[in-house]
Amino acid sequence: MPEVIVTTREGEVHRLGIESGMTLMETIRSAGIDELVALCGGCCSCATCHVYVDPSFAGNISQMSEDESDLLDSSEHRTGTSRLSCQIELTAALDGLMATIAPED
Amino acid sequence: MTSQADIVIVGAGHGGAQAAISLRQQGFAGSILIIGRDSEPPYERPPLSKEYLAREKQFERIYIRPPHFWAERDVDLKLSLSVVTVHPHEKSVELSNGELVRYSKLIWAAGGDPRTLTCAGANLAGVHSVRNKADVDRIMAELDRGATNVAVIGGGFIGLEAAAVLRKLGCEVTLLEALPRVLARVSGEELGRFYAAEHRAQGVDVRLGTSVERLEGDKERVTGVRLANGDVIPINLAIVGIGIVPAVEPMIEAGAAGGNGVLVDEYCKTTLPDVYAIGDCAAHANRYADGAVIRLESVQNANDMAAVAAKSICEKPSPYSAVPWFWSNQYDLKLQTVGLSLGYDEAVLRGDLASRSFSVVYLKQGRVIALDCVNSMKDYVQGRSLVEARANPAVECLRDPQVPLKTCL
Repeated sequence: MPEVIVTTREGEVHRLGIESGMTLMETIRSAGIDELVALCGGCCSCATCHVYVDPSFAGNISQMSEDESDLLDSSEHRTGTSRLSCQIELTAALDGLMATIAPED
Repeated sequence: MTSQADIVIVGAGHGGAQAAISLRQQGFAGSILIIGRDSEPPYERPPLSKEYLAREKQFERIYIRPPHFWAERDVDLKLSLSVVTVHPHEKSVELSNGELVRYSKLIWAAGGDPRTLTCAGANLAGVHSVRNKADVDRIMAELDRGATNVAVIGGGFIGLEAAAVLRKLGCEVTLLEALPRVLARVSGEELGRFYAAEHRAQGVDVRLGTSVERLEGDKERVTGVRLANGDVIPINLAIVGIGIVPAVEPMIEAGAAGGNGVLVDEYCKTTLPDVYAIGDCAAHANRYADGAVIRLESVQNANDMAAVAAKSICEKPSPYSAVPWFWSNQYDLKLQTVGLSLGYDEAVLRGDLASRSFSVVYLKQGRVIALDCVNSMKDYVQGRSLVEARANPAVECLRDPQVPLKTCL
C-alpha cells in the first residue's frame, strides 16, 4: 500500500497509508496526530495545517494556489518547502512522500 | 446511576472536542468525559451548510478526529444525552436519562439551539434548521424526495450559504430577511449589498425588509410562506436560519452569572466554582470589541477558548486574547473576516466590487478594527496585523489596492 511518512514536531515518525482522494491533512488527522489543528477543516481558510514536504516530490504535488501562498505568508515558520497539507491531494504517485509538521505559530 | 470524571465537558462540538484534545496535549492525565447531545462523535459544523449539504464531502471526512481517536486518548464519550441540571455545590450534573455525573471541573461547551420561528406553521413538516448533522440529513432527504421550491428564512451566514448550495443543486430559492439588508448583524452595509446582489445574480429571489406572517401547510406539511404584505410563496421546503439561542439554561438555573450566555472571565471561568464555559455560549469581555461583553459564534472562538480553559485547568493560565476570525464560502466567493466590525464608524472599500475581489476595512475613531475580505487572501493575511495593532493608517493607503496592507501599519 502506498504510504506517506510524517514526522511530528517531537520527531516521531509515522508511516501512514494513502487512501486515494484524501488530502495529506485528512490522512494525518485520521491517524490521530493531534498537533495538526486544521481549524478550517481543509477549505484553505487558515494556516493551521502547515507542513514541510520533501522537495523531491515537488513535481508530483499539485501546484500551490495564490491563496495558499498568501496564507502561508502568515506563518513565521514558512520555508521554501512549506505547504498547507489540506491542499495536497494524495495519489499513488506520492508513495513515500515525506512531510514534517511545521512548528505552531 | 452515578458516575464520575475529573473533567466533565458538556458539548461535543468544536469547543468540547478541542478542550479534551488540549487537556491531553497539556499533559492532563485524569479522566475526561464528553457529554454530547448529538449521536455522533465530534464533527465539524461549518461544512454542514456548505460541502456536506452539497454532498461534496462525505460525513466521515468532517469528523474533528476519527471516532477511534477518543478512546485512544482515553476520552469517554456519552452521546445522545444532554445535561438538564447542574448541581454546583455537589459538583455534579444530571443527564437527560436521569444519570448523575460527578466532576472535579466542569467545562460547559453546549453551544446553542437554533432560534425557531414563533409564527403559525413553524412546526410543520418540511421546516428545518441547520445546526447539526441530523438537520442537514433531513434537508437532504427532502431534496431526494423532490423538494425544489425552498424558502430560506434569514439572511445571515447560514441562510446565505444554504441558499448558495441549494441554487447549485437546482432549487428555486427565495431568501427572506426581515431587516433591510443581509448580514446585518455581522458586517457593514457595503458587504450586505454586495452579497444580496450576488445571490440575485445567481437566481435567488432575495426579499429584504420582509416579514413572515406564517407558514401554510397541507396535512401537516409546509406548502407556502405567507408574507406580511399578503403574498404567498409556494414552497415545499423551508430552511430557518435566524440565529441561535445559547444553551445555558441549566447553568443560569444553577446560579451562574449571565443571561444571553454564561459570563466568563479571561480564563473562561464562570462565577460557579470549578466551572468553565467556552464557545458560542460563553459571554466574555472581548478586547477586539473594546472590552464589551459579547458572545462569538465561531470555530476560532470555540477552539481558542478551549485551549484557554485547558491551560487554566492545568495551572498554566494564559488569558483569552485571540483575534477573531471567520470565513464563509458562497458560490465562488471566499469571504474572510478578521476582527470585529461591531461599532465601526467608517468603512473603507478597497478594490472594486465588480471585480469580485475586494476588501472592506472597518475603522473606529481612525483605528482599524476589522476587515471583510472577499476573494482577497492577501488583504486578510496582512490586515490581521492591522487589527492586532489597532493601526491608524491613512485612509488613502487603505483605499488603494495597489498598496499592500502590511505597508499601512
